Amino acid sequence: MKKIITLIKLILPFLAIVISVLVYYGVNDNGKQKKTEHPYYLYVLALIAILVLIEIVIGVFNRKVLNKIIYKAQFVTGVVVFLTVLNYLTTKTELLPTLYFPSLDRIFGLIVENRCFLLKNVIDSLLLLSEGFIWGALIGFLTGIALGFSKKVGYWLTPITKVIGPIPTTAWIPLALTVFPTTKGANVFLIAFAVWFPVTLMTSSGIQSVNNINFEVAKTLGASTFYQMLHVAIPAAMPSIFLGVFYGTVSSFATLMAVEMNGNSSGIGWYINWQKSVMMYDGVYAGLLIIAALCSLLLTVLFKLRDKVLVWQKGVIKW
Amino acid sequence: MVGEINIKHVSKTFKNVDPGQEDVVALNGFTLDIPSGSFVSLIGPSGCGKSTLLRIIGGLDTPSEGELFLDGKKITKAGSDRGFAFQGSNLFPWLTVEKNIAFGLKARHIYKAQKDDVADYIKLVGLEGFEKSYPHQLSGGMQQRASLARALVGHPSVLLLDEPLGALDAFTRMNIQDEILNIWKEHNMTMLMVTHDVDEAIYMSDKVVVMSARPSKVEEVIDIDLPRPRARSQDTFQKYRTKILDILNLGGKINDIEYYL
Ligand SMILES: Nc1ncnc2c1ncn2[C@@H]1O[C@H](COP(=O)(O)OP(=O)(O)OP(=O)(O)O)[C@@H](O)[C@H]1O
Ligand SMILES: [Mg+2]
Repeated sequence: MKKIITLIKLILPFLAIVISVLVYYGVNDNGKQKKTEHPYYLYVLALIAILVLIEIVIGVFNRKVLNKIIYKAQFVTGVVVFLTVLNYLTTKTELLPTLYFPSLDRIFGLIVENRCFLLKNVIDSLLLLSEGFIWGALIGFLTGIALGFSKKVGYWLTPITKVIGPIPTTAWIPLALTVFPTTKGANVFLIAFAVWFPVTLMTSSGIQSVNNINFEVAKTLGASTFYQMLHVAIPAAMPSIFLGVFYGTVSSFATLMAVEMNGNSSGIGWYINWQKSVMMYDGVYAGLLIIAALCSLLLTVLFKLRDKVLVWQKGVIKW
Repeated sequence: MVGEINIKHVSKTFKNVDPGQEDVVALNGFTLDIPSGSFVSLIGPSGCGKSTLLRIIGGLDTPSEGELFLDGKKITKAGSDRGFAFQGSNLFPWLTVEKNIAFGLKARHIYKAQKDDVADYIKLVGLEGFEKSYPHQLSGGMQQRASLARALVGHPSVLLLDEPLGALDAFTRMNIQDEILNIWKEHNMTMLMVTHDVDEAIYMSDKVVVMSARPSKVEEVIDIDLPRPRARSQDTFQKYRTKILDILNLGGKINDIEYYL
């Protein structure tokens, strides 16, 4: 019985894909969408099918991979169903305005056909993002440690942090643009700022909530204050620091979009804004898709890193 | 020989921040000499200041009045010459057993020279095979043994133990008691242990220091004149047991009823 259910679960994604293809060819088009050279949507479906198939094949030999794909199969099915409905609504009916809802063929097609241009913009964005991110995380980490450790630093920095931290980064754009000689400098600053606040906050609060007994143990073992900071305070606060970096990552993406839409002439945020201004919504959606993929890729990397650094947390705290 | 402790008229008052509340006088003129290489137990009613005294000796708290000396040198701050096994195990959760035990050596930059000691002490407390485990993967008794090894590996001349076996079952307790005694004999160190268990105090100590209720001082020091290794169910235990319990009851009259029931 259980086996049959598992089998059905594994077949469902393919069933959904077949139905989607049937709808694609079987139902009459509304004729309003611009035709693409290739059926890109079907390519995407094929890609999904191949990936699922590969995982199943590996899963035959590897129990862990099999369990994973069984777990994911329903979600994949859901995604395909969603795409099918979307494709049906945009190309087969006249319910949605064509201008704002381009067909999936056009969106995917645009990504494929403009891949070089998009890639250049993605790289520009990533360069800007990583520069700002590294500065923000580094300075945030340092101010967080100083805040968490020293009462004197806390006296001066806490109120400042509390006042300027929560102001949305976008509100700083005009000021940053006048203060910094170059737009690039202003943009780096703004992204760094967006990362700095959550990292500072979570680092300092993480250090402050380290149980004092840990420091006392370290003292009786002969550890200097500096050694305690490096080897007790920071590792103990690491879970909290990671949370800060997660928040920072998300807000850095939001800020990236905002600054690129202001006075930039490259980057994926600029691309979206430009496409919107010329009413090319397939470009807007393509850009959004890329950003979503980038953000989730980055978060996945962070999660993996966290799992590595915080192995000791397994069983201590549930995430 | 090292590890002699002299405590001279030590008082500790915890000022109460709340003006309506009275200050807590935890220790009041506490005087005691602990000979080098001896095993001394501290026993007394809960809240009488045993942990406070241990923390002051360990250099984690400062006395409000009085002074104390380790081998003639005044104690002012914590140092690796006094090992501390805290109430509960308190291993660093982010370090493996091995790294927990090596922490003090690394902090003092003597790890390279004394690397082998880590493995020796892991063996001594019976944790071979668990070097790479994290604290949450160990049982309570294993954690307790690991933290004992961590306190011992730097060869302190004094080991301060604050109810090290409080949370353990009777069987594990007896095991670790014997382990502690073995280490004590082998390494010739002074051990000062806080306990609530009268039998444990008699079984392990050269001297049992009975403390009075707050504000506490030394009520009586009882020398345990029993040959080692001691059997656990000796009749002679009874003599000391009765004596200690009697003294404990003088301290707090409220306990009379409970005791005579
Ligand atoms: N940091 C502190 N601030 C204020 N009061 C304290 C502090 N530490 C201890 N005390 C008080 O000092 C007294 C002695 O505490 P201590 O922890 O030394 O008792 P204890 O003998 O170890 O008790 P137990 O056997 O229950 O562990 C208690 O009344 C306690 O409330
Ligand atoms: Mg105590």
